[in-house]
Amino acid sequence: MHSESQRAPWLLKLATAAVIVFLHFPAVIIILYAFTTDDRTFTFPPPGLTLQWFGVALQRSDMWEAFGLSLRVAVIATGAALILGTLAASAVHRSKFFGREAISFLVILPIALPGIVTGIALRSAMSLGNIPFSFLTIIIGHATFCVVTVYNNVIARYRRTGKSQVEASMDLGATSFQTFRFVVLPNIATALLAGGMLAFALSFDEVIVTTFTAGQQMTLPIWIFSQLTRPRQRPVTNVVAVFVLLITFIPIIIAHRLTQDTSAE
Amino acid sequence: MATTTSHVPAQPPDSFWRRLSTFLYQRPWLILLLLLGPPLLLLGVVYLGSLITLLINSFFYLDGFTGQIVRSFSLRTYAELFTPANLEIIQRTVSMAAAVTIADSLLAFPVAYFMARFASTRAKTGLYLAVLLPLWSSYLVRVYSWKLILAQEGIVSWFFHFFGIQGVLDALLTLPRIGGTSLSVSPLGIFIVFTYTWLPYMILPIAAALERVPQSVIEASGDLGARPGTTFWRITLPLAFPGVVAGSIFSFSLTLGDFIIPGTLGNSSYYLGQAVLAHQGTSGNLPLAAAFTVIPIVVMLLYLSGAKRLGAFDAL
Repeated sequence: MHSESQRAPWLLKLATAAVIVFLHFPAVIIILYAFTTDDRTFTFPPPGLTLQWFGVALQRSDMWEAFGLSLRVAVIATGAALILGTLAASAVHRSKFFGREAISFLVILPIALPGIVTGIALRSAMSLGNIPFSFLTIIIGHATFCVVTVYNNVIARYRRTGKSQVEASMDLGATSFQTFRFVVLPNIATALLAGGMLAFALSFDEVIVTTFTAGQQMTLPIWIFSQLTRPRQRPVTNVVAVFVLLITFIPIIIAHRLTQDTSAE
Repeated sequence: MATTTSHVPAQPPDSFWRRLSTFLYQRPWLILLLLLGPPLLLLGVVYLGSLITLLINSFFYLDGFTGQIVRSFSLRTYAELFTPANLEIIQRTVSMAAAVTIADSLLAFPVAYFMARFASTRAKTGLYLAVLLPLWSSYLVRVYSWKLILAQEGIVSWFFHFFGIQGVLDALLTLPRIGGTSLSVSPLGIFIVFTYTWLPYMILPIAAALERVPQSVIEASGDLGARPGTTFWRITLPLAFPGVVAGSIFSFSLTLGDFIIPGTLGNSSYYLGQAVLAHQGTSGNLPLAAAFTVIPIVVMLLYLSGAKRLGAFDAL
């Protein structure tokens, strides 16, 4: 590594530290405000600290309904992303076919285009086909942008492991299904877990696409957004925001660990 | 891996699964079809199909008298799109996207440079996680948090008051076009939050581009007599530029289509995303919403073709 030989200029270190603090400052602030005693404004410093809003938040049924919906959507969208992402990655890895390059592009497209494009496109299709809003329409929206996380992780793993193990397994008489179950799956397990975690985190707090595909249904992020315009017990929103923060942070840290371990091998 | 194969149960040679496996093995095209079919159904048929219905919808129009969408080809909606009021929205959004992109590249470069050149392996892992966390998680929560930070009674105002320099903040807020009653309801606030939100998307590709600049090239430049500053401006920066362009694709594109940030921190002047939301929702003018969405698609296609020429896709 070349990096050990040189020391960074202090100004560069300072700038880096400042940007990293900037990136994480809002998370710290929202945690602080979950404990504030002030329920009308956003006064800083908070006039006092209390735990009462955690109790109040846990008793809000509208919050729980939204939480339940978000959880169901995230779990099913992640499941769909795991299956579809693995299938697409396997196809691209094992064979050469016309339009192979286009597959990677197509998988990335829903996340590279602004969310509003995906949202209004699905909304247009529903309007044209007279399809009513439903749980399924939310899932379809989320699945389109979740596939990429699984696809990217699995295809990266495939590239690292190569094809020799699969060929050896088949040479030794295993069927394709046995090869997948006993050779391929153990190899890509952590990649699947990492991709799935990212998909879950993406889905759980997605709000833009969901706005166009949910109709009257309320996911947790939509619930938070609606609280911005019609606030009722502001600190409760802060508490829920902290929940969402934790629920999405933890899978990402796990996913990061997983990909880190395997690349260090 | 060798140990896992020992779990494979012995199978009679003519089991159903073995025959199916052999059947498939002899027909690679069928395997390909089975593998690609489901993802293509979602992304190729449903997703791309929806994009096409978006285009189709933009050529329909809303009948002003009945309030019904007329499903026949017309350019009426596009005529409505290019009225001065809507053009102003487009112009406002595109200039915001440009300003945010410039600010992000300026903020991201030092971090990426430190990550790629100076950080130890451990520090690098930590820094990557610190950048990835806000990229993947809780977008809405962090935008919401900015509402608290920038509020009139929030921490930023407190900071300015604490140091007795609230005059600076007040002066900023009285500026025409970017000011407002407080940071949490001003274009300046929107700019800060947009810059904050897309910053990780800019840091990662620049760091990736910088990692790929070979140390030998830097050393060669020094050996040939260039001072570190000259090497930086003439060698490192041009080689890292594709990374900046790659990052700008995200910051630009995501700003064009966002309605949460201006919706949370803005005043009454709309951004493109908000216009789309309002037209498809309350006013029921889905064709106009669709036509509005065609703008970011076209802008991004132009942007992408330019970015491709600058080599941005090698840096992704």
